Amino acid sequence: MKINSLSDFFVTGDPLIYGADVAIGLTMVAVVLVLTLFKRWGWLWREWLTTVDHKRIGIMYVIASLLMLFRGGMDALLMRTQLAMPDMEFLKPDHYNSIFTTHGVIMILFMAMPLMFGLFNLVVPLQIGARDVAFPFLNSLSFWLFFMGAMLFNLSFVIGGSPDAGWLSYPPLSERMFSPGVGQDFYIWGIQISGIGSLMTGINFIVTILKMRAPGMKLMKMPMFSWSVLSSCLTIILAFPILTVTLALLFIDRYFGAHFFTLDGGGNPMMYINLIWMWGHPEVYIVILPAFGIFSEVVATFSRKKLFGYKSMVFALMSISLFSFFTWAHHFFTMGSGADVNAFFALTTMLIAIPTGVKVFNWLFTMFRGKITFESPMLWTMGFIPCFVVGGMTGVLLSVAPADFQFHNSYFLIAHFHQVLIGGVAFGYFSGLYYWWPKVFGFKLNEKIGKYAFWFWNIGFYVCFMPQYVLGLMGMTRRVSTYGWDSGWWEWNFVSTIGGFLMGIGFLFQVWQILHSIKFMERVSGDPWNGRTLEWSIPSPAPAYNFATIPQVQERDDWWATKERKAQGVPEQPRAPLEPIHMPKNSGIPIIMSAFWFMAGFGLVFDWLWIAIPGLIGVAGSMLAHSFNYNTDYYIPVDEIESTEAAAGRVV
Amino acid sequence: MAEQHPQSHGRDAHGGHDEHESHGSLKSYVIGFVLSLVLTAIPLIVVLNDMVTGTAANVVLLGTAVLQFVVQLFFFMHLKEEKKPRFNLLALILGLVIVMTIVAGSIWIMTYNSVG
Repeated sequence: MKINSLSDFFVTGDPLIYGADVAIGLTMVAVVLVLTLFKRWGWLWREWLTTVDHKRIGIMYVIASLLMLFRGGMDALLMRTQLAMPDMEFLKPDHYNSIFTTHGVIMILFMAMPLMFGLFNLVVPLQIGARDVAFPFLNSLSFWLFFMGAMLFNLSFVIGGSPDAGWLSYPPLSERMFSPGVGQDFYIWGIQISGIGSLMTGINFIVTILKMRAPGMKLMKMPMFSWSVLSSCLTIILAFPILTVTLALLFIDRYFGAHFFTLDGGGNPMMYINLIWMWGHPEVYIVILPAFGIFSEVVATFSRKKLFGYKSMVFALMSISLFSFFTWAHHFFTMGSGADVNAFFALTTMLIAIPTGVKVFNWLFTMFRGKITFESPMLWTMGFIPCFVVGGMTGVLLSVAPADFQFHNSYFLIAHFHQVLIGGVAFGYFSGLYYWWPKVFGFKLNEKIGKYAFWFWNIGFYVCFMPQYVLGLMGMTRRVSTYGWDSGWWEWNFVSTIGGFLMGIGFLFQVWQILHSIKFMERVSGDPWNGRTLEWSIPSPAPAYNFATIPQVQERDDWWATKERKAQGVPEQPRAPLEPIHMPKNSGIPIIMSAFWFMAGFGLVFDWLWIAIPGLIGVAGSMLAHSFNYNTDYYIPVDEIESTEAAAGRVV
Repeated sequence: MAEQHPQSHGRDAHGGHDEHESHGSLKSYVIGFVLSLVLTAIPLIVVLNDMVTGTAANVVLLGTAVLQFVVQLFFFMHLKEEKKPRFNLLALILGLVIVMTIVAGSIWIMTYNSVG
């Protein structure tokens, strides 16, 4: 793009954007000042930015995703404010387009995905009795690629202009002819760069789960969350390449003037819609499957019972991850593929509801006659079940192809997918965060503030989205930036906006909860919830090497069985003697290489090859540097393990 | 694999080639190489010299391509020599199912969707 003046480069003209500029500037100055004043730069670099420890990478994922939740949530509240009353002039239509686009992209790709990866990292190695993931360096690289991709995408709203063609960026609107600005290029490169990271995380966790389980942990003795991670990662490695290829084709169209998806020159925009949903549909299962795993752990723990129907749960998870590849056309029933195609995909969509229903019954039967307690993680699970069931049902309504011609792209659809994504994914990950928080940080989050947060979120959700079902049936379509008084929509819209802000208050309660719990920190033991799986058998927070000696697994809920044996007075198996532990060394290459990717992406966005080419050379150089680095590991000596374990109050 | 191996590219990975299964013999590599050359030559000769056209040409091209794929898998990727559990084979089958779905599904869906 030709940049003639600074106002082509920086986004200008909107007071909201100027406000954001000031806020970003002040925050950056504050961060730099604090780090310099407290002499924390070296600490930040050594302990966090270069770490390959899965637990710390997990924490960084969670922090980044909560920041993105804030950004995506602000987008949502801006949209709800604009729609609160008819004929509002709060956001201009083009600004509204940018905001719904970034809201969708950020919430799915830069909030849900990294929060999910954060939980993978925090939990999976501990749960399967491993000392780290299979490829710790790759893990760090995945995080930094996600982070740089997300930052590149977020940059667009102050520099160059946001993408505004919807979260899936359908052509022909997203082609050069109709979107001449750089927004779409930010979209492509932000997603591509973080997409490489997602793919590598998928591979990393598949290998970790298949190869690094503690001895004795057969696949059918593996905790359910790890199973859900396996199913989700299998879906990732098969689905993400489709996204990469589709966006690469769009890039070739925009950058080299090709005609894959254009209206002229033999292109067909419908092919893009077909391809992107082949990733897009599995993607929603990628994010929901780990939530199912979390609920399974939480329900079993807080009902003090083993999970009902373990085998059927495994079967349901794996069949969902496979079936998710056979339903994509239900996103475009109205495209005109004919009755046969629509009937086929309507049926597959209805079929995939069956394994999901199996899970709901399994959770209910797990609770049946259990000694249930309602701590935060369980509360979110209880909020999830009715919400997800109703959301799933409206999904089945949408899957009826002829009826979908009425529902398509209406607020009915919007309400449906928010119900499964908030009620399922967000509630699930919150439940997981509350559940594993004490394991990660060694203290619990305040229950009382947490209950306020839960009720604000839960009630806010229904107040916000139930009216949207009605609005959809009344004919309100998605992505409209305003409506008239004569439409009769304002009452429902106004109520919906109130609900949106209630959820915003819920989020503020969560922030307060975290700060409050840090200030009045109450340390907990390694097993605060009376847990069932291996992660609760080690101190909280876990030492760098996780397990001083690798556990010998005998049962499905091995830690629970160990505790039961202890209560019955069965003598413990003698532990293996301590040995020096082989550990990976930290590396600065992942963050440096990802920064070069950021440079390359930024250069390609503006067609400034003088930035892009050095960036790509930097990427290649970083790879080379890592290939010749043989100094990648070290051993923790036995006396250091002994002193660490003694400090955690454990005798080895 | 019970062994803890937190750093895959650590120092033991370098000397560790002998842990893996054998990687074929000179004979199998030569056979594979010759087969892949032949399978490349057939379509080139047949199609460039117009010995077959139309559907027949497509069949020859696709048939030799599939055989080429099989040769690569067995002689160079050592699919047959994999120890149990056969993760590579499983991953391959799953990948093929998805690729078939993508290709066949797209063709089916796009049959009635054409612009202009």
